Amino acid sequence: MKLIAAMSGGVDSAVAAARAVEAGHDVIGVHLALAANPQKYRSGARGCCTIEDSHDARRAADVIGIPFYIWDMAEEFHDGVVEDFLAEYAAGRTPNPCLRCNEKIKFAAVLDRARSMGFDGVVTGHYARTQISESGKTLHRAVDHSKDQSYVLSVLTIEQIAGAIFPLGVTTKVDIRKEAEARGLAVAQKPDSHDICFVPSGDNAGWLRDRLGSETGPIVDQDGKKIGEHKGAYTYTIGQRKGLGLTVPTADGSPRFVLKIEPVTNTVVVGAREELAITTMKGERPVWCGPKVTDKEQEGFVQIRAHGAALACTYYFDGQLLVAKLAEPLFGLATGQAMVIYDGDRVVGSATICQTQ
Amino acid sequence: MPSIYVDHAATTPMSPAAFKAISTQMQVLGNPSSLHTHGRSTRKSVEDAREAIAKQVSCLPSEVIFTASGTEANNIALKGLYWQGRAQGKNVVVISAIEHHAILDPAQWLKDHEGAELITVDVTADGVIDLVALKNVIEQRGSEIAVISVMHANNETGTLQPVSEVVAMAGQIPVHTDAVQSFKKTPLSFSQLGVYAMTLSAHKVGGPLGIGALILKRAVEIPALLHGGGQEREIRSGTLNAPSIVAFAAAAQDEYPSTQVIELRNQFIDRVKELFPDVIINGNNVDRLPGIVNVTFPGTQSDTLLLLLDKANVSASTGSACSAGVHEASHVLLAMGHTQQSAQSSLRFSFGSTSTLEDLNFILSVLPDVIARGRAANIK
Repeated sequence: MKLIAAMSGGVDSAVAAARAVEAGHDVIGVHLALAANPQKYRSGARGCCTIEDSHDARRAADVIGIPFYIWDMAEEFHDGVVEDFLAEYAAGRTPNPCLRCNEKIKFAAVLDRARSMGFDGVVTGHYARTQISESGKTLHRAVDHSKDQSYVLSVLTIEQIAGAIFPLGVTTKVDIRKEAEARGLAVAQKPDSHDICFVPSGDNAGWLRDRLGSETGPIVDQDGKKIGEHKGAYTYTIGQRKGLGLTVPTADGSPRFVLKIEPVTNTVVVGAREELAITTMKGERPVWCGPKVTDKEQEGFVQIRAHGAALACTYYFDGQLLVAKLAEPLFGLATGQAMVIYDGDRVVGSATICQTQ
Repeated sequence: MPSIYVDHAATTPMSPAAFKAISTQMQVLGNPSSLHTHGRSTRKSVEDAREAIAKQVSCLPSEVIFTASGTEANNIALKGLYWQGRAQGKNVVVISAIEHHAILDPAQWLKDHEGAELITVDVTADGVIDLVALKNVIEQRGSEIAVISVMHANNETGTLQPVSEVVAMAGQIPVHTDAVQSFKKTPLSFSQLGVYAMTLSAHKVGGPLGIGALILKRAVEIPALLHGGGQEREIRSGTLNAPSIVAFAAAAQDEYPSTQVIELRNQFIDRVKELFPDVIINGNNVDRLPGIVNVTFPGTQSDTLLLLLDKANVSASTGSACSAGVHEASHVLLAMGHTQQSAQSSLRFSFGSTSTLEDLNFILSVLPDVIARGRAANIK
């Protein structure tokens, strides 16, 4: 096949590209420039967005022996990922920008462009697997569960999965580093990227405050009684306990947790841990990575964070919303996060959490 | 598979004469600044080369200052002439809007770090400096101008600039010209142009990478950028790169097949227009270098086209700068009136002494598919 390998400058995408070449594919390496001015989104190395990272990617491509280009996706990234991230927080939800990037950039803008140019698909260094089954190509967890990235890929449609190649899903990270070393790739021991690539310091709350302002507002208890003040409601997360700065203790001395963020009134509601417990979650805008989910309840697992646990559940689609009922209550779930349904290791689909109860 | 090179404006294949010269000289021991037998021997080779290059551009041998690149020569000239002028109370630097980054960026640096006033003169839609605008600047600000720098031919479009007219207008004001693209491709005489300073580079004419020259008028003493052993009129210290210098001279003495290159270029333009009637050939209506063709393919992105051409074994370029690997819209095309979008839909094909009709036929055979895919993949 003729493939575009998305190369971030990290060890994973470099080995993925090398494996694709070795498998006999005709590969071209592409580094995505996600900020027109690389300094705009970072000051320290976050692992994928710096000029040094694009040099690392170019060097890896040279060592592998494939052509290398840089594609300017700054506008698409800003509009589709960064703006979305800000808008979601401003609306009191907790978005996952990596997921949006996969949905709108890597497997949309890049894959579309690649296909128009006559390529068959996109190779990335994601830890996930695909399998050909009766219903087509399906998406599965990586063998290395600690590195599994199927969660952030769960927004891919069947059509997008068909054009995605994940050569690393069958290997552990430790072995990928060894392999990179053996292949003479200088990025073999480069540290993993963490956090959000466009937040330079890793200080998410500070970054949001700079862009969304820090309008103070009340922290109230469940009866609506003001017991403190906050500096920007969106810097709080549902379930958060630390850093609330409350001086009025509860009657029994038990700790308080963030229960709700109300962006319209700029209010943060706090209360007891039990209040956080939910047993049902509903998600909008579902994407099916395989056969469509029906209104028939099925058993499976739901995951709500990139590296969170798979929670046993029953799930169904009511025609509008994807619904998951948990076997055990869950404490602290923010809307805006993705709920990803698994059937064993297979990704069934995902939706954006809009209701919990 | 063929491997087609149409990027001679970026660099050229080394000429056999230059290759022979550099290989031979690399085996010769001696620092040209040393007074002993070994040094003298190398010095003689360097000075022979200096005379040969001087002859090619009609200047005095002592006016040739060897540098490590055209960029370095431009920096020495622009900064040096500015500082010389500033010492006499002149603070204005005048350049054209289409200069190479090796002039644009030092000019901007002089503005940002040395307090210079930078005046950029526009160009016409054909990419030629607007002489009326320049005349106005000189009439109004002449006594304040430290240096004027106008390139001899543009590296992206190949358009020739009226440097003689600029010099005539400038009167006593020092004029520098970046003649990196023009050298050997079009008549170039330092003495006839009457400029103070002129930049040359070896690798654009079949010489090695990493060697250039600043031709600087005799008796003009400007502050140096590199201080040290006092070589090259104390304007450019550093041990002379004898192997590269003799190879530069060897390449400079090769004949450039102008007629053949012009014929190829014209045929290319005609046939591209036949294939794609909506293309724009930039700078096509004025005098220009033999080998450079700059084409706008509406509805495409140049980086996509370059990838697809490369995949089809054709090495071309946009000719414009990259910022962290991302192609910027060419400041040259923008200055000529292009929009961001159309500027980013443009490619430079530059033919040279080794280009053949077979090369041209091959490019034209792959171009329709490349442009069709490029249009389909246009996401902007």
